[in-house]
Order: sequence, then structure tokens, then C-alpha cells
Amino acid sequence: MLRLPRFTYHRPTSAAEAVKIAADHGPASQYVAGGTDLYPNMKRRVQTPTEVIALSGCADLVGVSGSAAEGITVGAMTTLTSLEKDPALQAAHPALVHAASVISTPLLRNMGTIGGNLLLDTRCNYYDQSHEWRESISFCMKCSGDTCWVAPSSPRCWAVQSSDTVPLLCAVGAEVSLIGPEGERRIPVADLYQDDGIAFTTKKPGELLTHLHLPAVDGTWRASYRKLRRRDTFDFPVLGIGAWLRFDGDVCTAAEIRIGGAGSYAIPATKTAELLIGEKLVAGDAAAEERITAAAQEAFKPTRAMDNTDHFASWRKKMAPVFVARALRDCLG
Amino acid sequence: MGSDGTSGADRPEGKHMHAVDPATLQVIGKPWRKVDARSRVTGQTRFADDLKLPRMLFCKLLRSTVAHARIVSVDTSAAEALPGVHAVLRGEELPNTFGILPVSQDEHTLCYDKVRFIGDPVVAIAAVDEDTAWDACRLVKVEYEKLDVVTDVFEAAKQEDNRIHDYGRGGNLHRQEHLEFGDMDAGFAESDLVREDVFFFEGNTHLPMEEHSTLAFRDPDGKVTVMSSTQTPHYLHKALSKVLVDHVPAHKIRVIACPNGGGFGGKSDPFNHEIAAAALSIKTGRPVKITLTREEVFQTHRGRHPVLMKSRIGVTKTGRIKALDFETHLDGGAYGSYGTASTFYTGALQTVTYPVENYHFRGARWFTNKAPCGPKRGHGTPQPRFGLEVQLDKIAVELGINPAVLRRQNLVDAHSLTANWMRIGSMGLGTCIDKVVEGSGFLERWGKQPYGKGIGIACSSYLSGAGLPIYWNAMPHSGVQLKLDRSGLVTVFCGSTDIGQGSNSILAYIVAEVFGLEPQDLRIVTSDTDLTPVDLGSYSSRVTVMTGNAALQAAERAREMIVGPVADKLEVPKGRLTFAGGRVFDCEDPERGMSFAEAVQIAEAKLGTLGTTGSYRPPRAAARFKGGGVGPSPSYSYTAAIVEVDVDPETGIYKVPKIWVAHDIGRALNPALVVGQVEGSVYMGLGEAMMEEMSYRGNRFGVHKIPSMLEYKTPTSMEMPEVVTWIVEDPDPNGPFGAKEAGQGPLLPIMPAVANAVYDAVGVRVDEVPVTPEKVFDAMQKKARGQEGRYGPNELPSIEWPEPRRVRTPWQGGTGVEVEREATEARS
Ligand SMILES: Cc1cc2nc3c(=O)[nH]c(=O)nc-3n(C[C@H](O)[C@H](O)[C@H](O)COP(=O)(O)OP(=O)(O)OC[C@H]3O[C@@H](n4cnc5c(N)ncnc54)[C@H](O)[C@@H]3O)c2cc1C
Ligand code: SF4
Repeated sequence: MLRLPRFTYHRPTSAAEAVKIAADHGPASQYVAGGTDLYPNMKRRVQTPTEVIALSGCADLVGVSGSAAEGITVGAMTTLTSLEKDPALQAAHPALVHAASVISTPLLRNMGTIGGNLLLDTRCNYYDQSHEWRESISFCMKCSGDTCWVAPSSPRCWAVQSSDTVPLLCAVGAEVSLIGPEGERRIPVADLYQDDGIAFTTKKPGELLTHLHLPAVDGTWRASYRKLRRRDTFDFPVLGIGAWLRFDGDVCTAAEIRIGGAGSYAIPATKTAELLIGEKLVAGDAAAEERITAAAQEAFKPTRAMDNTDHFASWRKKMAPVFVARALRDCLG
Repeated sequence: MGSDGTSGADRPEGKHMHAVDPATLQVIGKPWRKVDARSRVTGQTRFADDLKLPRMLFCKLLRSTVAHARIVSVDTSAAEALPGVHAVLRGEELPNTFGILPVSQDEHTLCYDKVRFIGDPVVAIAAVDEDTAWDACRLVKVEYEKLDVVTDVFEAAKQEDNRIHDYGRGGNLHRQEHLEFGDMDAGFAESDLVREDVFFFEGNTHLPMEEHSTLAFRDPDGKVTVMSSTQTPHYLHKALSKVLVDHVPAHKIRVIACPNGGGFGGKSDPFNHEIAAAALSIKTGRPVKITLTREEVFQTHRGRHPVLMKSRIGVTKTGRIKALDFETHLDGGAYGSYGTASTFYTGALQTVTYPVENYHFRGARWFTNKAPCGPKRGHGTPQPRFGLEVQLDKIAVELGINPAVLRRQNLVDAHSLTANWMRIGSMGLGTCIDKVVEGSGFLERWGKQPYGKGIGIACSSYLSGAGLPIYWNAMPHSGVQLKLDRSGLVTVFCGSTDIGQGSNSILAYIVAEVFGLEPQDLRIVTSDTDLTPVDLGSYSSRVTVMTGNAALQAAERAREMIVGPVADKLEVPKGRLTFAGGRVFDCEDPERGMSFAEAVQIAEAKLGTLGTTGSYRPPRAAARFKGGGVGPSPSYSYTAAIVEVDVDPETGIYKVPKIWVAHDIGRALNPALVVGQVEGSVYMGLGEAMMEEMSYRGNRFGVHKIPSMLEYKTPTSMEMPEVVTWIVEDPDPNGPFGAKEAGQGPLLPIMPAVANAVYDAVGVRVDEVPVTPEKVFDAMQKKARGQEGRYGPNELPSIEWPEPRRVRTPWQGGTGVEVEREATEARS
């Protein structure tokens, strides 16, 4: 078994206290929520904080509050299992509940939190490897080296956005609250990320993610999440499509589609969305079917599947239009 | 049953009791629980890594980070100086080589001249804890002079001068075998249909839950004990004796195989870490434990060889195989391991299911700079079986015959000889096919379901134990000793190793049956080279047949010892004594009898301390030509399987909702264990069929792509489909109570049945394992473009072959030896 490196474990009881400890220790510290991402990374020595700040004692970070009509707020430390089982969320945000329910296994969902899922490290099968393995290939750019083994001539890292909830939360326009040494801020989930495998989040050093804010449910929009992976029981997405459509009657008035698992952030399928806006989209209608299929074709181009996850990259890219079309069809009334 | 005072070998049911009337059996054929079931399910079984001893040190191996290089220097000074480090072991300290087969003694405990794959061990360090040992490894400086990396069989052929080993057939060719049986030209000339196909079977690994672990210690008298998760304690003992010859004599080495948390062939070689732990325990005088990480288990490997193969087949209109010309190329990885046997196995069993009138086999094994391949469940036979069964499916389509019917009407005869001189015993494949065909509705469904829904069939056979041992010797393959105690306790001693398959229980069932006891009442002592007689190990599906026969013989002999004195005491003819329900009594007057313990006491009073031995050697093979040592077996099991698939035509993703499987076991000693082995094989086969691959990055220095339980894809319990299993019983005269094997054969048909079902569903061929969605999708796209709807390889490395060894078939009047030798034998 791989063993954890030595570290000091801190147990603050509130978000404010956690932020203070982080500020005291600077870059040597890292928060841990469920630890299902951080600890494996520590075992592989790709993340090596010497001060680990456990958020599990911060009661102010747990729970689901608010109403569907005003907007539901979910504490960052809410586990994926609680999220999935929450009746209010089940009624108001079935797509999110679905996305959470297809994350990994029940055991990991019992530990893993929504905050941790939003800040899940990007993945790459040159990076999610032991110290010895990475030494064999000589360390890559994301950790201790300077070459990207996926694209050796590239100046950047292409590690993959792999959280299942992120493409959906970007598409539906959810927001997050963060607190840090410089105070509190609330930003769209989409703005939490940037297109870089290493600096994939815009979160500032020491900042703590406290809450996720879901959009109000007013009956005008529908969303869906579709996931591609080898085994339906266990695996990370190698393609994760978040789709959101707003309607006025049968006419689509706004659309947002995000392609996850195929680039360093949840990539917007802008062209696809543009082709749908203003169109009449009714389930079972042949013309609508055609429009969706045609629009979904436009998701092929922006999908940046590389050879650093499971499955052939070329196939994953070809699957993007198929999965986008399926997610869009889910959104029809 | 009963005995009239003659020796057990003359029991009316036959030497191995295969013809016994099942109605008279009390233990055999019944679903008794395993003797170790309770300790396993309550977590009390102590696996190697559970063992702890006072003053124990922990060992870590520093492994090569390069795939192919000469070692220029190894500086261990900083590691030795690290506080907490007790000993550093370097390669030069143990210059003797080892390896499982006498013909390929090509491994060093630790490399000191050359490394051959990423993961080859270079230094071993014993320290107070694992973290210190790991830190110390990081302080070792190894200077390598890198050599070009050989990543597959084509590269191996091309880089002739860049040799990985300096032995073998030249270049990177490890083995090359060439055998010809019958008249190929005539066979093809008589064929109505000839086709040629190229197939590839990707390598995969065993993935046992338990990572390999070893604890070694030296006692004050200089005796060394090695407790290890091994399937072959006897062979490990031999390797330790050879490598440690200057440090400890063979008789002072004791190997104890701990219960294995899964083996599947992956724990049947002697390994570097086992020898290193033993050497470090000698060096430090303290117990030393090593437990591999999951990544190291991938490097230790010895799993399924990737095999590239070409099959040219000629058949009549009814599908009878007139000629089969099979060529295999095995990607062996960095060392020999069992590879010589594996090479022969890729050619040995093509003939034992459907008659092949003329047969030609060429097999080559190549060295490459990857983790060494070896035996995995089915050892060398699943790959050619995949090719053959898919090819037959194509032939059925071309001939317009339902593939189940084609197979059913072309079966080898029971008790016959094949073209390559394999002696078939009982043969229940016909019944197996009938069961699965009927159960699944195959005849009504094949070729008739809507697009996307498919059903496929395949069959297979496997040996019940290799006919020859790994090193040549005339001694038994399996030995059993029995000790009968006055308390009525029977202790069974045997060198076999229970790797979860239930071999300890088999010993208990057989001995309990003979004595009329309950299996749980016996004490089973196994796999300890100091205490138990040699059994060659848990490999080649040999244990039930070989230890079973040895146990049966020992028990019959002991029964014989008891019968006389008890008959005298009871004044009953010996032949009327029955052993049942813990008693020995007159079958005509059951009141007249005594407890088993009293019977033992009476016998002991008369004869002295009671004990017997039993042993087993397989019958002499009919194949006497060079290379005919691999394939012969006391008996062959048979399996037929049908797989149902649902393919999503938009993506190529497919699901397997249901599998029907029937297995000819000869006789089920315990039907519950047989079903367990069959279902486990189906599960493992499905993983190979759908997703498992040992993939390396050839363009990235030869690293293993995915050495983890998350990224090496294998089905979880949730992917497991519904499985309907039939046990077919056709008792074999060579098996104990007629039993044959169950542990490996049922895996074999799953991969070709999946590929055949995919064809039935969407009309494309994936001539390659695993059959992944992207390959199905690719073939469908090709078909849509008007090309051949196929995904698979097209060529083999082209090499020179030596002259074949020619052997005449039985129906040509051959004698089982090469044609040249036939002449000399006839003269003398
Ligand atoms: C075998 C396996 C399979 C998996 N499969 C999937 C999958 O299919 N889909 C998927 O999405 N994920 C998957 N995961 C990843 C992971 O389990 C989930 O993403 C989980 O939600 C992570 O949450 P956590 O609380 O355990 O995060 P942690 O490991 O505790 O934290 C993850 C990161 O977020 C930071 N962090 C956590 N909380 C906060 C906070 N409140 N403020 C600031 N920073 C924070 C941590 O410092 C760390 O960098 C899998 C993991 C494993 C081991
Ligand atoms: S994408 Fe390149 S730099 Fe990033 S983790 Fe993978 S190999 Fe390293």
C-alpha cells in the first residue's frame, strides 16, 4: 500500500478559524474535506501539504437551506450522499442529484463533499501516478517537471476537468461563496475555473469555499447531465455533458452546454447553444430532433480529448455530439 | 461401497472410484461448506501481510526507473547511513540466477549488470519501518547506460542486435516451436472452404485482491523460514535453495505458503521479493517482511501473454476441420518465466474440442522490455481459443450453418486420440452445448434479433493438471500423508496450497468420504515444506485431480488397515464393514459396530501407530515427440457458453445482460464450489473480453499506462450479469471419483462468445481482445463507409522458421514420436 507522507492535522470548528489557520501557514497548508481526492494525491506525492486543515468540524459549512423558488444553498461540507438524498434537491434539481449520484461509489460519496467535488484536482494519467512511476517518465509539468507528456511541444498542461457536478453547475448558472483573508465574495461557478490544467481554479490562496448557490426554479428551464465512462459503478467521467435550456412555451430562449472531461475546464459548446436559441423544440417532434442532432454536431470541434484518460481520445471526441444530443433531448418537455 | 479385504486399488468402482454409485456417497457431490469458510468470512484467516513478529523489519525494493539499460554504478552509501536502516542488499551479493523453469534460469534477485523493464528490482533495503525503507530507497543513486527499448513483438524482431537476453533463439526470440501432424496439403485440398484470419489477444493481469507479501526469519539454529503468499511453495523452496546456497542449505529452508488472497497464476513463480526478504533476514538476524504495493503487483505480473496469431483453416461443408495451420507470436516481456510452456500451450489444445485431421503449429515467444508474462488462468490457451472460436463463427456464417449446430456436429470422441496425440478421456461437450442452447433459446435467436441485440456461442476445454512436472523427475506429483489419532481425529498432510479455490476442502471431502466422517472434523495441514509431503503446487488445474487421487489412495490404505482388526473384533466379514456417520459397522446389522475413534484404537492396538501415505503421478502421455510434454493431462474438462449482448449502435457501447454456461466437470466433488469456480471464471473472462489490458506506453519509455485498481479496468460486482450455470457430469476414469477440473476452463469461451455476440448484434467483427466500445464503433463506421466491418490486426512479424518436427497422426498409423524417430525405433 502507498503510505501518506507525514503532516500536521488541524481541526478548526468554524470556517473563520479554518481560514485563519490557512493564512498562518500559507502555501504549506491545504484544506481537506472528505479527503477522497487529497489523500490519494498525497500518497502519490503530487500534493504534499505539511499542514492539513480538516473542515469536518466546521458545522457552519454543512447543510441544505433556502427554497426552490428563492434558490437553494448547499454548504460546502455537505456530503454527496446527503445531497443525493435531500428531498428538496431531489424535487427542485434532479439533474444535480443525478450528477452527484453517478460520482464514484457509495463509499466515496459518503465521504466526498460537494465542496471537494467542485475543487477536485484536474486529472491526467501521467499525473495520477506514484512517485516512482512519475520518476520513470521524468516528472511532468504539473508536478516537479517541465515537459507535458501528453503534448510534449505544448507550453501548457492539459490535465482534465473531472468533476461530475461542475459541467452541470456551470451550465445552470449556479454560484459559489468563498471567504479568504481578503473577505468574502460570491461568483458564478463558471468563473471559478480557467483553461489550465495546473492553475485550473481562480480561487485565491487560502480561500475557503463555503457555499454553493443553486438558481431559482421557476419552471422556465430544464437541465440534464450525461456521463461517459467505462464502468457505470466507479469511474471518473471521460466526457460529462451539462446542458441547460430555457423555454418560452416551446421556444428555446436561452441555452448553455458545457463539455466536461474533455479539457482542463468545462468547455462551453457555444455554437451548439446558438443554433438552438429561437428554435421550437418539442420532444418527439422530428424537426426538433433534427435541429438537436445538427446543433450537437457543433460540439465536436470544441471537445479537446487528449490521450490522458481512459478510452481512445478520438472516440471520446466523436462521442461528444452523441452525448450532447442526448443531454439536450433530456431537457425537452 | 465396501471392501472385501483386497487393496483399495481393487475397489469395484475402479482405482479412482470414478464409477461409484453417487447414491452411496455422503460427502462427495454434496455442497458442504469449505473447511476454512468460517475463518475467511469472519476475517480470522491470517494472510502473509497479517503476520507480525517481534523485532520485525520492513523491506522495500528500489526498482528500475528505466526499461532497458546497463547498470553503470549503484551507490547505496547514503541509504546505509540513514538512521533506521538495518541492511542494504545489492545484486552482486546473490549472483546465482533463478527462474521457474530449468530452461530459463534468467532472473537475479536484484539486478546488477542490466535492468530489463521498469520495475526490475535493483536494491533491497530493510529498515525499522516502511517509511524509512522508502526514504532510504530514494537515497540510492543508480547510474544507468540506457539501451533502446523493445516494446512489442515487431520491435523485438526489428531490433535484432539490441538483445534483452543473451540466450534463446537469437535476437530477441526466446523460443520458437514448429510441429506438424499429418498432411497439411492433403487436408487443405480436401476442404470445401479455406479461410485465414489474424487475431490479437491483449495481455492482462491476474489482479488478486491480496498484494504479494512475504515474511522471512532465521532461527538461532540457522534455519530460515519463509512465509509467503505463493501458489507453489515447493518451487519457491527450490529457488531459495539455489540462490542462497552459500548461506543456508536446502534442508534448513522451510517455506510455508500462507492462505492466498487470490492467485490465478500470479503467485506461481518464485519472486525477487521473496528471496530478498529471506536474504535480508539472514543478513540482519531479524524477521523481515515485505508487502508489495499494487503498482509492484502489476510489475511482478506473470500474467496473460499478448498473443498475435494467424489461423488458416480448411473445413468441409459440414464444418469438419480438415486442416488447421496456426501461428502464434507471444510478447513475453522481460524474462522467461513459464514462457516456454506458454508457447507450447498456444498450440496444444486447439485439437481437443473438434476433430482436427491435420494440424500445423508454429509458436514464437519474444523478449520485450515489459513486465514478464507467465501463466494466468487458462495459461496460453485462451488466446488461440479466442481465435479458433471466432474463426468457426465466421465459418458457420459462410456455410450458412447455425454456429451451435456446427460445433455440435463436429465433436471429438470420448476416449480417443487427437492429431497431436492428446488422449481424451470423458467428453461431455455435446451435453454442455445442448444445455446452453436450450436454456438460451439460441437456435431461435441467433441471427434473428433486431439490430443491436446479439447472441454468441463458444466452447472450450482445459487440462486437469499438466502431465509433466516443471523439472524432470520420476517422483510423484502429489503426496498425502494421513495420521490417525486415538481421539478419532484424522490429520491430512499435503503440500498443496489453498488459493481460495478450496483445495484444502477437497482433501477433507475425499478423506471424510472414505472414513464416513464430516469434513469439518478433520485437520488439514498443507503447504509447509517442513511438515507436508511435496505437492507441485496450485497451477494447471492439477490440484483436485492429483491431490485428490493421492488423498484417496492414502485414505483407502488407512481404511484397509482399520478394516481387518475391526472385522475380527466384531466378528463380521471385512467386506460387510461400512464407514458412515462417524461409525464403523456391519452393513447388514448396523447396530453391530463402533465409533470411528474406537475403530482407530483397536487398529492401533493391533498394528501400532497408524499412518499412511498416498501419491499420484499422471498416466504416461501418448505424445512422445519433443514438445509433446505440454498439453497431455489425465483428463480434459469441457465448457460451452452463450453470451447475450445489447449494443448501442450510436456509440459502440455494449452491455452483457446474461450468460449461460455449462461445464463438464466429470464429477462435482462439491457442486457449490464448482459453480463458484465457473461463475468466477465467467467474471474473469468477461473482464478480459470487455476491458482488461496491460497497456504500456511504447512511445514513453515503456511505462505501464495504468498500474492501479482504478485505471486498470476490470468489472465490478455491479457489472456482473446474470449467469445461468449447468454442471455436466461425465465421470472420468482418471479423476478422483471421476472429477475433472473447474478452475480455468470455463473462462475460455467467454471472450470469443462476446465477440461473436457483438457480430450477431451489429454485423461487425472485432478480431481482438478486449472488445472495447471504441473498436466496435470503429468497425461499424468502416462498415457504414462500405469497407470491411472489422477491427483487428492484419499482419505478424515475418521470420524464418526451422524445419518442423513431423509427427504422423494416430489415423496415419503414427506412434506418437517424430517421423525420423519412428524409423530408428522400428529398426531397434
Ligand atoms: C476511486 C475514485 C473514484 C472517483 N470517481 C469520481 C467521479 O466519478 N466523479 C467525480 O466527480 N469525482 C470522483 N472522485 C473524486 C472525489 O471522490 C470526489 O470528487 C469528491 O467529491 C471529492 O470531495 P472530497 O470532499 O473528498 O474532497 P477532498 O479530497 O477533501 O478535497 C479535494 C480538493 O478540494 C479542496 N477543498 C475541499 N473542500 C474545500 C473547501 N470547502 N474550500 C476550499 N478547498 C476545498 C482540498 O484542499 C482538495 O484540494 C473519485 C475518487 C476516487 C478515489
Ligand atoms: S497534461 Fe501534461 S503536464 Fe498536465 S498532468 Fe498531464 S502530462 Fe502532466
